[in-house]
Amino acid sequence: MTAVEPDTAKPEGFVDNDEKPVGYGRMLRKEDPRFVRGLGKYCDDVELPGMLHLAILRSPFAHAKINGIDASAAQAHPKVKAVITGADLAEQGLAWMPTLSNDVQAVLATDKVRFQGQEVAFVVAEDRYSARDALELIEVDYEAIDPVIDVRKALDPDMPVIRDDLEDKTDNHCFDWETGDEEATNAVFDKADVVVSEDIVYPRVHPAPMETCGCVADVERVDGKLTLWSTTQAPHAHRTVYALVAGLPEHKIRVIAPDIGGGFGNKVPIYPGYVCAIVASLVIGKPVKWMEDRTENLVSTGFARDYIMRGEIAATKDGKILGIRTNVLADHGAFNGTAAPVKYPAGFFGVFTGSYDIEAAHCKMTAVYTNKAPGGMAYACSFRITEAVYLVERIVDCLAYELDMDPAELRLKNFIQPDQFPYESKTGWVYDSGDYEPTMRKAMDMAGYEELRREQAEKRERGELMGIGISFFTEAVGAGPRKDMDILGLGMADGCELRIHPTGKAVVRLSVKTQGQGHETTFAQIVAEEIGIPPADIDVVHGDTDNTPFGLGTYGSRSTPVSGAAAALVARKVRDKAQIIASGMLEVSVADLEWDKGSFHVKGDPSQSVTIADIAMKAHGAGDLPEGIEGGLEAQICYNPDNLTYPFGAYICVVDIDPGTAEVKVRRFIAVDDCGTQINPMIIEGQVHGGLADGVGMALMEMIAFDEDGNCLGGSLMDYLIPTAMEVPDWETGHTVTPSPHHPIGAKGIGESATVGSPPAIVNAVVDALKPYNVRHADMPLTPSRVWEAMQGTLQPPI
Amino acid sequence: MQVTMSVNGEEVTKEIEGRLLLVHFIRDHLGLTGTHWGCDTSNCGTCVVWMDDEPVKSCTVLAAMAGGRTVRTVEGLEVDGVLDPVQQGFIECHGLQCGFCTPGMMMTARALLDENPNPSEEEIREAISGQICRCTGYSTIIRSIQWAAAKEAETPVTVGSAS
Amino acid sequence: MQVPAPFEYERATSVDHAIALMDRLGSEARLVAGGHSLLPMMKLRLANFEYLIDINDLHDELGFIRVTDDEVRIGAMTRHRELLESDELAAVFPIFRDAEKVIADPVVRNRGTLGGSLCQADPSEDLSAVCTTLNASCVIRSGDGERIVGMEEFHVGPYETAVADGQMLTEIRIPVRAGGSSAYEKVERRAGDWAVVSSGAAIWMDGANIADARVGLAAVGPNTTGIPGIAEALAGQPPSDELFAQAGAIAAASANPSTDMRGSAEYKTHLANELTQRALRRAAARAQEA
Repeated sequence: MTAVEPDTAKPEGFVDNDEKPVGYGRMLRKEDPRFVRGLGKYCDDVELPGMLHLAILRSPFAHAKINGIDASAAQAHPKVKAVITGADLAEQGLAWMPTLSNDVQAVLATDKVRFQGQEVAFVVAEDRYSARDALELIEVDYEAIDPVIDVRKALDPDMPVIRDDLEDKTDNHCFDWETGDEEATNAVFDKADVVVSEDIVYPRVHPAPMETCGCVADVERVDGKLTLWSTTQAPHAHRTVYALVAGLPEHKIRVIAPDIGGGFGNKVPIYPGYVCAIVASLVIGKPVKWMEDRTENLVSTGFARDYIMRGEIAATKDGKILGIRTNVLADHGAFNGTAAPVKYPAGFFGVFTGSYDIEAAHCKMTAVYTNKAPGGMAYACSFRITEAVYLVERIVDCLAYELDMDPAELRLKNFIQPDQFPYESKTGWVYDSGDYEPTMRKAMDMAGYEELRREQAEKRERGELMGIGISFFTEAVGAGPRKDMDILGLGMADGCELRIHPTGKAVVRLSVKTQGQGHETTFAQIVAEEIGIPPADIDVVHGDTDNTPFGLGTYGSRSTPVSGAAAALVARKVRDKAQIIASGMLEVSVADLEWDKGSFHVKGDPSQSVTIADIAMKAHGAGDLPEGIEGGLEAQICYNPDNLTYPFGAYICVVDIDPGTAEVKVRRFIAVDDCGTQINPMIIEGQVHGGLADGVGMALMEMIAFDEDGNCLGGSLMDYLIPTAMEVPDWETGHTVTPSPHHPIGAKGIGESATVGSPPAIVNAVVDALKPYNVRHADMPLTPSRVWEAMQGTLQPPI
Repeated sequence: MQVTMSVNGEEVTKEIEGRLLLVHFIRDHLGLTGTHWGCDTSNCGTCVVWMDDEPVKSCTVLAAMAGGRTVRTVEGLEVDGVLDPVQQGFIECHGLQCGFCTPGMMMTARALLDENPNPSEEEIREAISGQICRCTGYSTIIRSIQWAAAKEAETPVTVGSAS
Repeated sequence: MQVPAPFEYERATSVDHAIALMDRLGSEARLVAGGHSLLPMMKLRLANFEYLIDINDLHDELGFIRVTDDEVRIGAMTRHRELLESDELAAVFPIFRDAEKVIADPVVRNRGTLGGSLCQADPSEDLSAVCTTLNASCVIRSGDGERIVGMEEFHVGPYETAVADGQMLTEIRIPVRAGGSSAYEKVERRAGDWAVVSSGAAIWMDGANIADARVGLAAVGPNTTGIPGIAEALAGQPPSDELFAQAGAIAAASANPSTDMRGSAEYKTHLANELTQRALRRAAARAQEA
């Protein structure tokens, strides 16, 4: 028998390769063994003794007055425990709740319904089938009101006022917002050789995570403590809001986010259903489960986008971009429920100047109410950077079209140069670091760009339609510095706590919450890199407000830039303390110790060393510690980022279009991302892949549309189409690494880059393919019908 | 009414309503919560299980219809503590992120490999085309299934595959 | 998740048993085969029945594909997957394999049946268009015996068929003629979606000339549509792109689609033309090969 030397340097799951990232690199995920066994525990898997089931009655009308509700038949159903209407909630002062944008939203409609699918009443019954049955027994007397559906007409003087619940409200205006310098921008437009304008619509889409939203509320009868298992991306923020809404003392609320089946921003807001379940458990004294069905998810929870943009770009005749300006009409639905930092009602749309060094920029925006579901910021949008990047990458292509310039060449000519970083954009965003040209060149090399253009030219000769689309994006993620950013007054910082147990194993507690991003792995890796304990020996605890420090949660690609920084810094704090204890153990001064990823040794004498495990035992053990040092080896911090981080990437998409049927086939997609320092390249690639598929969805098929009566036409997965494996290519990914100067490990975040960057690449490719038809722009979703109409010159905006 | 079926090799008998969906029978009556549901219209495929050795969408099968038949769920993939190569492949190739579609994907993958031990990329794409993943963009799922196929070609699988 | 309203479940063990059950339970009973059309509608509560009669045990009796020299008979319980995989069927009518490749998805195809698809009578449904193209007859059985109806008669309107209470579709019969072949073309927004438009074509050759041709369209009107004008235009002519363009124009002229999320009426009309040409070309090429 041959003795096998255990390779202690490589933790379980480690895959050796030539990548040299921070931490343990491409290691397999710690969460997977439970998921592949079907042992993940999602919200609907929570089962409590005596648990009841809640179902919500929703409005069939987009806009209607409620004259009365008769719930008596439902109440008489033998398995029904309670039927609650808006009037019942109003008695408790709970009929309305604040949204994350300082508006209010009805928990249950009292006066009237304002969108199809709005919550009107709920039933609590012994089982989910009976709860659903009882909904049929509730009679609601509606009186229809003309709905406001066409966003372009929402501010017309004769339109019905949707938000007559707001004092003195006489129109459907939601807010105005402006950024940049109008005068300076007009000046560069006046002097420009070329000005190109285009109307660009980013239609309403939906994140549609595979798991819908839901919760289990359990109010303990004796001490009144509420435990809420909930599909939330932000458990701590939700806890505070529940305290503010329901008047429950915050220490009597425990929010647990169990495994979450995808979020993408859909699980950031607080939905009426959660509040209903809490009320039900309070009233009935039993645990209550609410899980929405797919239709409820699609028609009532946080949608995304819905921006109607007029984009304009000014340039010299040789292709130097001078300025960009835009006018935006934003559809916010019936309530302003966007989840954005308070000072940023349009999110980070202000980065619409993209990756280009220009002289001036200006944006003017008007947001309106319509009789549609609330929401607006979701679907991996990085707080509206999806819309901003789509606008700039589309309008730059329109400019290339007018100048008859290669779109890659035009972009290369206008990039912000490496020596300009940190770069302050003309709308006031300070890009932390970047080196754009190598990323662009790498993507072009991977694609074989010149060869593709040659192939395209040949195919055009033969009447075949092939398109090559480019997008180069810069993101702004990791919200955010507390001086600028808060949600409902809560600063966007993140706590992190690290404890090293006496035997040298560790537990790290996060304020953020994975919905598939792999936090249990990557956060262990970050801590591992800093403290030298293998990731397998580090337990990651998250998603439970009773057991984790406060922080604002996982969305806007903020986990790595904010919470990841917190994890690195808390580990360094523990390491500093460990160094002091080590100095006592080795009887040398702190300055005479050297760190060697897992152990301290005396400078010049590596044989004199103590490991973190030795130090941890000492810290918890008998005997004196150096003066002023408390026992134990743990620390907690709250990290407030100095700035956002600015990941970027170059995407190239190749499409073929059947000239007879106008069907688009995405043949290739090349994505080169730069998210700064990489923690786990396998997980990064996975995140990019998912976002690219989102892009195919939005560009080619996804849309939440409404008919003129306000009926939602995308209320099931039969109608709201999400790409399958048949519509997407095998992704070709690459990367460059430009670390963030202010992040402790130089990481920038990757969660949303591909969702942000891919739609314009695909649309640009389709438009490029249609050049023989003189098409300069075509709005998403580019279904076969819409592509064919673009070829006929008859294509209309989708909304 | 009473229904009896074999689930992961064990015979179960329960009193149910005629309208009970198989997915709810599996999850709520048997506590096997590895099988998920994600839509109402049999489009998403998170609920895929085997009935009589074929993948079916259990949200669109009545529990009563499964009476007298055999059902296999994700919990039945691992045998005697040994993961099925498909399960291993999903771990090795990062075939999952949130994990919600994973059980359904693996059940379909297992059935595919039983029938076609060496599927092409296109055949894999088609096999899983009735199932939606919102996280992975599918490439790593395909690689996971290819990994399992390669693994099985190397070492014929005797546990975890269909009898 | 949406759940159906309460009903009583019955399981039929034979066609006779199913018919007896329907006779006993009356108009509040409905047959369920694969369930992939019916159960989603019941979950969404667009359809409610007091009784469901599960006929999956009838697969032994009604799950068959029998090919003879002059006729193909297919049992109503034949599943999509069986239609897709049958080499015997593909040899006579390749249109079935063309269509089955793009009907729903492989997991749904494991359960869904020919009979269920036809009885759903969705104007976008592909097998109805296939059967229309092939001039299939539907065998409907009741306590009083059997009757046989053509597709035009079978489809009374959208979601409505000639199968009355107490009756069931048991099989379809398709005449086989020498020198023929067939093909199916479909445009869908995404794999598994219903057709934006589909076109099926069958051609019978007599030497170098077309003896007869049939075209069936889905999703261009209230029912799947057969277009007799095309047979007239093509009969006696040698196959050519010009001829098929003429046929495409006839198909477009007889299409009456409406604008919806799947596409504009103009686009669908265009597809009726384009897909008809493609299906005819492919069917002709196959017929000539054979």
